[in-house]
Amino acid sequence: MNSSLVLSITTFIYGFAAILYIAFWIFKKPLLGRLATWTAIIGAVCNLAGIIMRWVESYSLGIAHAPLSNLYESMVFFSMTIIIVYLFIERKYKNRVIGAFTTPIAFLAMAYASMNPNISDRIQPLLPALKSNWLIAHVMTCFVGYSAFAIAFGISCMYLFKQKDTEGKSSLLAHFPNTRVLDELNHQMIMFGFLFLTIGIITGSVWANSAWGRYWGWDPKETWSLITWFIYATVLHARMMRGWSGKRIAYLSILGFIAVLFTYFGVNYLPGLHSYGTS
Amino acid sequence: MYHSYWFQLLIVLLTLNIVVCSIDRLSTTWKIVSIKKPPFILSRFKNNADNEYFVDRRSAKQLRDIYEPFVSKGFGYIRTEQTDKGYCIFAEKWRWTRMGVYGVHLSIILLLMGALIGSFFGFDGYVNIPEGEVVNSIRIRNPERTQSLDFGIKCEDFNVTFYDSGTPKEFRSSLTIINNGKPVYKKDIVVNDPLRYKGINIFQSSYGSLPPKEVTLNFTSRKTGKVYKKKAVVGQQIDIPETGGKFVLKDYVNSYKFRGQPIGEAFIGILTHNNGSSAEVVLSLRFPNFNRMQKGDMVVSVSEYAQRYFTGLQVTKDPGVWVVYSGFMLLIIGCYITFFMSHQRLCIDIVKKGKKCRVMVSGTANKNKFGMQNKIKRISEKLIDSEHSSLT
Repeated sequence: MNSSLVLSITTFIYGFAAILYIAFWIFKKPLLGRLATWTAIIGAVCNLAGIIMRWVESYSLGIAHAPLSNLYESMVFFSMTIIIVYLFIERKYKNRVIGAFTTPIAFLAMAYASMNPNISDRIQPLLPALKSNWLIAHVMTCFVGYSAFAIAFGISCMYLFKQKDTEGKSSLLAHFPNTRVLDELNHQMIMFGFLFLTIGIITGSVWANSAWGRYWGWDPKETWSLITWFIYATVLHARMMRGWSGKRIAYLSILGFIAVLFTYFGVNYLPGLHSYGTS
Repeated sequence: MYHSYWFQLLIVLLTLNIVVCSIDRLSTTWKIVSIKKPPFILSRFKNNADNEYFVDRRSAKQLRDIYEPFVSKGFGYIRTEQTDKGYCIFAEKWRWTRMGVYGVHLSIILLLMGALIGSFFGFDGYVNIPEGEVVNSIRIRNPERTQSLDFGIKCEDFNVTFYDSGTPKEFRSSLTIINNGKPVYKKDIVVNDPLRYKGINIFQSSYGSLPPKEVTLNFTSRKTGKVYKKKAVVGQQIDIPETGGKFVLKDYVNSYKFRGQPIGEAFIGILTHNNGSSAEVVLSLRFPNFNRMQKGDMVVSVSEYAQRYFTGLQVTKDPGVWVVYSGFMLLIIGCYITFFMSHQRLCIDIVKKGKKCRVMVSGTANKNKFGMQNKIKRISEKLIDSEHSSLT
């Protein structure tokens, strides 16, 4: 039993959890909802176990490093944080329908990481530039931020569906949280993600200064993370200063998540210091 | 693009924008924050839609004495006022967090200031030092110029190690700082661990191989099979034993291509026979047998050489970096305050109704109103329970 197997199993558990959440949303059977939550919890535990096993395996290979060093490892971590942050929201807001819009993102990320033939799941030795304790702080904070934005994206989609149905006719939308709660939750997630993205950019910057002697070098990833940061800063200012809410914030949140995706994947096709992310 | 004037102009405009907008709003916020005795208007709290109400059998005075210490635990400021029919407890906390957003804006200005200080008083250059040599100046890009240092950097040794897969594992340079001819500081640097001396930072950045100063050549005779060892230096002519003729090392190539295939480092030599005809000979350092393919009576190959490297260093000076770092700290703290702390106000109105009391719990917050609602609910539940259990 190695970490790759455990993480493959995790992918299927997440897929199953996503199906259960969607089934709960459509058929509204409380049992399905409870099952979905437990499946998601088991998935997260497997995911964490997989990450820890991978860490341990890297020690036995003699190339000990935290499993946060390439695209595969980052996506595995990304999926886990989405599920954990979502479970936290589920507990706090006592609504399981949100799971139908967030757990599929975690499943897709895991599935993409495991199935894509271009993404290697081998444990590779660290390049000299990545050998630093800043690696853990930088990657973790960035991906906690990304996962908050992913959840904000799911909630924004829910908001846009819900606000169309002002008379409450649709039975599919009946169990959505009301638009006020969705709007507030979207805002909370954006603030949470923004704080972590900020810390992620800063830790990356301090790391760059200790590795290459400059804290900002306009590397494509740096530039795009800054663009993402500006988009979310705009969302926050529009809401606090201009009183924007609802639809416009939901659209901006979706735009922000597209920028996150480009920062994450798109930039790998441009040359730069973060090119380890390609394999 | 990032060094272009329009880009720098945009950054300056952004700074101005932040400064102007912040100052514009700051005076209003400051008036709210600097107040000594916060005003509370009971009627405003009464109009709140999310208020909690309950009835308690104890007297108004009793309730006041129980509620006051409980409220003062959670709120920094507390004031009780006597009303016509009872008491009203006002409390608030985190009024100062209204200033958080200015902390964030100030941090952005610090970042841009730090960058400006760095670009005026700092530099970012590079230097290649062959093993065993000392340099006193470095090259700067943008614009291209030479920057002299008031100390020397000596590269004692450079080493590169590889993983089994062939990817590099570590680049290590042993450096010595030389001041007035004397070594004053020694350090081995690797990629994430630079040397810092007198405000100047030296980073491992690249490396390359240099032509060996001296090589030992093998001259193998095809006739007798005898091997003659000779030391050679580039440009120096050697007499070939046994068959006669001359050999001279002409050049060193870092990556020689043989029929399109790279075969790595090689020397190019010229072999002149007795009859005056000459031929170019490629001496591969990695594949000594490569030269057996040559024709002629004498096969030349490299037998021993000392590989020499140069280390490529990035040398920077940035006096603005601490301004930038303090900006980073302020940015994180400021974001936290702005997003997750709010100016919260609480009002508990105790009104006598016959022998019992009617209690209203109300609260406002300038941010996260949803969270404040929940908090009011929780406080109210605790106050109701206080009839049976003590408040904690």
